Amino acid sequence: MASKAVYSQRDPMLKKRDDFEDILEERRNSSDLRYALRCYAPVVYKGLCPSKAGTLKSMVLQSDQLHYVIHQVCRETGRAVDDVQEEASSILEEMAHRLQLSTVRFFAFTLSKVFKTLFRSICVNEEGIQRLQQVIQEHPVVLLPSHRSYMDFLLMSYLLYTYDLALPVIAAGMDFMGMKFVGEMLRMSGAFFIRRSFGGDKLYWAVFSEYVKTMLKNGFAPVEFFLEGTRSRTSKSLTPKLGLLNIVMDPFFKGEVFDVSLVPVSISYERILEESLYARELLGVPKPKESTSGLIKARKVLSEDYGSIHVYFGQPVSVRSLAEGRVNRCQFNLIPRHIPKKPSEDIHSFVNDSAYRLVRAQEENMVLKPWVLLASLLLQNQVSGQKRGIALDELTEQAVWLRDLSRQYGAFLHWPEHTPPSEVVSSSLSLHRGLVRISEGRVQLALDKGYAVTPEEELLSQAVIILSCASYRNQALHVFLRPALLASAIHTASSNKKQEVFNSFSFLRNMFSNEFILCPGTYCMLFTSHWCCVSTGALQVTQQEVLVTERGHRTLVFLTSMLDPFLQGYQVVCRFLCEEATEALTEKQFIPAVRKFIIKHLLAGRLRYTEVLSSDLQKNSLAALLRLGAVRKIKGYQGTLKVNTVMVNSLEDTLGKKPAVRNQQCLGSFQNISTLSVFFV
Amino acid sequence: MLYISTKYQIIRKDFPFYLGKTAHGGLWVQIKNLPGHLPKESPSHVFLQEIMKWNGWGYSDSRFLFNKKGQAEFTGKRYIIIGMIIPGLKDWFECTFGASLQHKTPATPLLNSSAVQPPTLNEAFVEELKSTGIPFSQDAEDRVFRAHGHCLHEIFALREGKFGRVPDMVVWPNCHNDVVKIVELASKHNVCLIPYGGGTSVSSALECPPEETRSIVSLDTSQMNRILWVDEKNLTAHVEAGIVGQDLERLLNESGYCTGHEPDSMEFSSLGGWVATRASGMKKNIYGNIEDLVVHIKMVTPQGVIEKSCQGPRMSTGPDIHHFIMGSEGTLGVVTEVTMKIRPMPEYQKYGSVVFPNFEQGVACLREVARQRCAPASIRLMDNEQFKFGHALKPQVSSIFTSFLDGLKKFYITKFKGFDPNRLCVATLLFEGDREKVLQHEKQVYDIAAKFGGLAAGEDNGQRGYMLTFVIAYLRDLGMDYYVIGESFETSVPWDRVLDICRNVKARIVRECKERGVQFPPLSTCRVTQTYDAGACVYFYFAFNYRGLSDPVHVYEQVEHAAREEILANGGSLSHHHGVGKLRKEWMRETVSNVGMGMLKSVKDYVDPNNIFGNRNLL
Repeated sequence: MASKAVYSQRDPMLKKRDDFEDILEERRNSSDLRYALRCYAPVVYKGLCPSKAGTLKSMVLQSDQLHYVIHQVCRETGRAVDDVQEEASSILEEMAHRLQLSTVRFFAFTLSKVFKTLFRSICVNEEGIQRLQQVIQEHPVVLLPSHRSYMDFLLMSYLLYTYDLALPVIAAGMDFMGMKFVGEMLRMSGAFFIRRSFGGDKLYWAVFSEYVKTMLKNGFAPVEFFLEGTRSRTSKSLTPKLGLLNIVMDPFFKGEVFDVSLVPVSISYERILEESLYARELLGVPKPKESTSGLIKARKVLSEDYGSIHVYFGQPVSVRSLAEGRVNRCQFNLIPRHIPKKPSEDIHSFVNDSAYRLVRAQEENMVLKPWVLLASLLLQNQVSGQKRGIALDELTEQAVWLRDLSRQYGAFLHWPEHTPPSEVVSSSLSLHRGLVRISEGRVQLALDKGYAVTPEEELLSQAVIILSCASYRNQALHVFLRPALLASAIHTASSNKKQEVFNSFSFLRNMFSNEFILCPGTYCMLFTSHWCCVSTGALQVTQQEVLVTERGHRTLVFLTSMLDPFLQGYQVVCRFLCEEATEALTEKQFIPAVRKFIIKHLLAGRLRYTEVLSSDLQKNSLAALLRLGAVRKIKGYQGTLKVNTVMVNSLEDTLGKKPAVRNQQCLGSFQNISTLSVFFV
Repeated sequence: MLYISTKYQIIRKDFPFYLGKTAHGGLWVQIKNLPGHLPKESPSHVFLQEIMKWNGWGYSDSRFLFNKKGQAEFTGKRYIIIGMIIPGLKDWFECTFGASLQHKTPATPLLNSSAVQPPTLNEAFVEELKSTGIPFSQDAEDRVFRAHGHCLHEIFALREGKFGRVPDMVVWPNCHNDVVKIVELASKHNVCLIPYGGGTSVSSALECPPEETRSIVSLDTSQMNRILWVDEKNLTAHVEAGIVGQDLERLLNESGYCTGHEPDSMEFSSLGGWVATRASGMKKNIYGNIEDLVVHIKMVTPQGVIEKSCQGPRMSTGPDIHHFIMGSEGTLGVVTEVTMKIRPMPEYQKYGSVVFPNFEQGVACLREVARQRCAPASIRLMDNEQFKFGHALKPQVSSIFTSFLDGLKKFYITKFKGFDPNRLCVATLLFEGDREKVLQHEKQVYDIAAKFGGLAAGEDNGQRGYMLTFVIAYLRDLGMDYYVIGESFETSVPWDRVLDICRNVKARIVRECKERGVQFPPLSTCRVTQTYDAGACVYFYFAFNYRGLSDPVHVYEQVEHAAREEILANGGSLSHHHGVGKLRKEWMRETVSNVGMGMLKSVKDYVDPNNIFGNRNLL
């Protein structure tokens, strides 16, 4: 029931959002030093037992849960208790934060300077801050920011300090630790470090989960982590990771706290600092290892204009109300609560659904800039083959049309109200002048020949620009995604029959569930609701059929083009697997091999979308194929991939279904697929 | 100055914080020796009913009221606090509930017999009953009196003069054989029997099922109140099941014995009721709960009489049939006679109290006491809200010196020891036994308490804590005069869950009240009242001001329902000693499993196939 309430809150038509305040304004007008040294006295959780970082550690080491696991490890490995205890203690030492106000003040000072040079403004919804302040006093709080930049977590702490709120402790990846001095600085500003993978290490898991739970239960500080696990290189939200969410919900399931408040935070950057870095990474130039010297080299970014940042603190979500009627807490009655247990089926699916819902909440409160719409339009235009670009006034006209459409779909668009559209467009373009070029009143992507020697190099340097643009387009993807799936379903379905469209829709939704955030288990409901969405004029729905209206044509073309690169990407991966995959293809070799294949086809002009070079898309499509069983991983052979050619073939076919070309054999296996997709509903 | 002398000790009437129990061994003292509880006063059933409220708790003449000056007072001649001014109650009452003495909700003063449904009589049954000579009545007042327990919704309806389905007649058997006759007749004529003891049920157990179409007969056991024999060699007493707690203790005390079974309702609840609900007494740490006290039970069922053939102290003869009887809540038959363990009266008794800086420390201390198995006769831990409540009930102090002393104590605890007055909590203690051992025991417990930051806080505070138990039901009536309704409920829970369940249930109550439109924050408080090896019994009090609500009882019930769900979700039991009745029936299946339900059902089907004992409790 509660879930319904949350959903209706997010009904796009009813969406009401808070106003923003620019916090840099004050920083520009008053002393940073005084600001960094001012009195800091945040409100705290009402059940807080004040404790130092040292007591926190001993609480963790003396916890029943850890004791149990230590003895379990001793029994299994025959090691001495002291020895294992020692290990636990050093794991904790490696992990624990050492939050220090002086360090925070140092950051407050330096970040003020940095932010003022980098950004025009940092806008925060103050009502969200007030809600947070309220909820911090009542329940343990978990902050869940979106993750698009390294900046995110410093920015979060900076904001909370600015608003005199309790500073969070932040789960950070161990890779930061490589940056000697910075790692320690971050630790002292509240970061705690976790290893990227510790699969079977019981002891590590126990120390880690107990550490987080202890901080949470005692209300020591808000716990902050990134649901997506890592920075999204594509600006698309990533499939949420469940581990930490599970840990922070656990004290509620077990009755150790009355409730836990989850606060989704959406951080949107007008220009992402790591823009081209991400694009290179997606194209296979390996990511530079985090190092202090690397950071200093990044100094040149300081001289550029990165526009503004919008931070939206979402409505706090009560785990208690989410879990009402979904989780039976009595399941913990019969086994001591400190004995670690694998989450039961209902808890696992609850945590999973909640994670998706929270990521959706992040997405929906992301502020979109006009540039995001422009990037979408420019990319579509680029593909449609007009090498000369698009006329500026035509682009403006299209942008205004898209602005209105996106608002219909509930986008949180930040379009300056009292400025003429042409000005809005040109100022957006000038901020992103690295990506676009305007000449003779025409706008096009900045795909220079440059100094490229080989055609391949030229392709890759163009791809950097295109992927950067795509990452901006992707910011708006969540707005159009659901209608776009429907539009593509209409496009690929063999007829306009409702059932056919629905089948096609289900297939696409299932196929793309690794690519986009599509909440599990809400199939039919969603289908009908997109229906409503699109039928606001673009579609006409009769008893039996779904028809595209005259004026809906433009919308549908736009929507299908939005999804087209992904469709083609999945198709080409399928084609690669059918044509080139050898017996010995391992998971590790997959990305380089498929990249080579795609480059070959792009150069030969057989593919329309340079975007499909994105390794993110390739990985996701492989994950989808593995999930659907079209590809299997053979254990013990370093992850050798076994391809079910027939199935992959027919999947490829269905993705770009053109009924006339389909031969008899494919038809047979398509039936197979549709039963399959129903199965996966 | 009035002195009541007992064998061991002299107690003054103005003994501070003293309600009505002597400081030794659970003897209930009434100041005027009213004949109401002497056995065989004829016709005593009429008399008892006349000295009791028909729409509230306890004796008619005993009630709290706010006098003209707005000070709280207790009326009547029965309890030692009569005439005492309780200056703090008004402020506490107004602050806690946002209530006002201006806004009154008085009860309907008189029982309007015409509002009671005319009885549905089974003429053949009535005719045959007449020939047995067993007294019975069809009087409306008699029937209404036995149609309810003391759940909030029951009392609320009575105060508004509303009556639902009530028994069609009342019978007063005088002995076991009378009961046998009545049950035979009821079976023969298909009449529904509902056994009635003291009427203190808080589980809707006495409510007549509205769907019952047969004639309902309330079987009042109050006349079966004799001690049939006392066996000093084996330390047992054979007692009729209708005897009320305070009478049983008083009569045994006269010969130097006691049972030591003291549930909070012992003024009015009966032995048969204790057996039928698996009752628990305050001093169970020494004497045990009812299941530990019972040696032999005789129960009349539609299939005949069930009893064991001997009084062996323990048997291995299959599942103990006593455990089908105990907790059967009147669904299988009527308990008529019970052989109980008795003990010599304790030589010495001493109250005590400990103040802890917070509830967590208090619970940790109780847990340690239980671990060392050195719990005193009674040990209870009140939370901060209840501590303040108890404090508000402090009678006016008689001298400047005492008030100075109180001030000093407060200063010492809050300023010198640094206890936060909004966090500290207090444990009340009762020690019993021979003098030397009591003192030794006392030291042991206080030493443990000291390890958890506990400070000994004197006998007075301890005694006042126990007083709260006895006056709370009278206080509820006072609240109901001013838009405040409330109730208590209990559970038992493993030690590691105690703190969590207390916090979560209290928070759930506050939240549910808010969500259901209660205008003022409720009183939501708890105490740990019993310790066991593996867990504790927790008691919750919950009350709120219902001004502005159109259906306060419904809101109350929804909140209580939510609170019970919360208890179960936190590993608490459905009930520790109140029983299931009809109020908590819906959770029985998940509590005892499908097979468990089947077992209970098949016993019912065999013992009472025609559902003669048709109160529909439990299953």
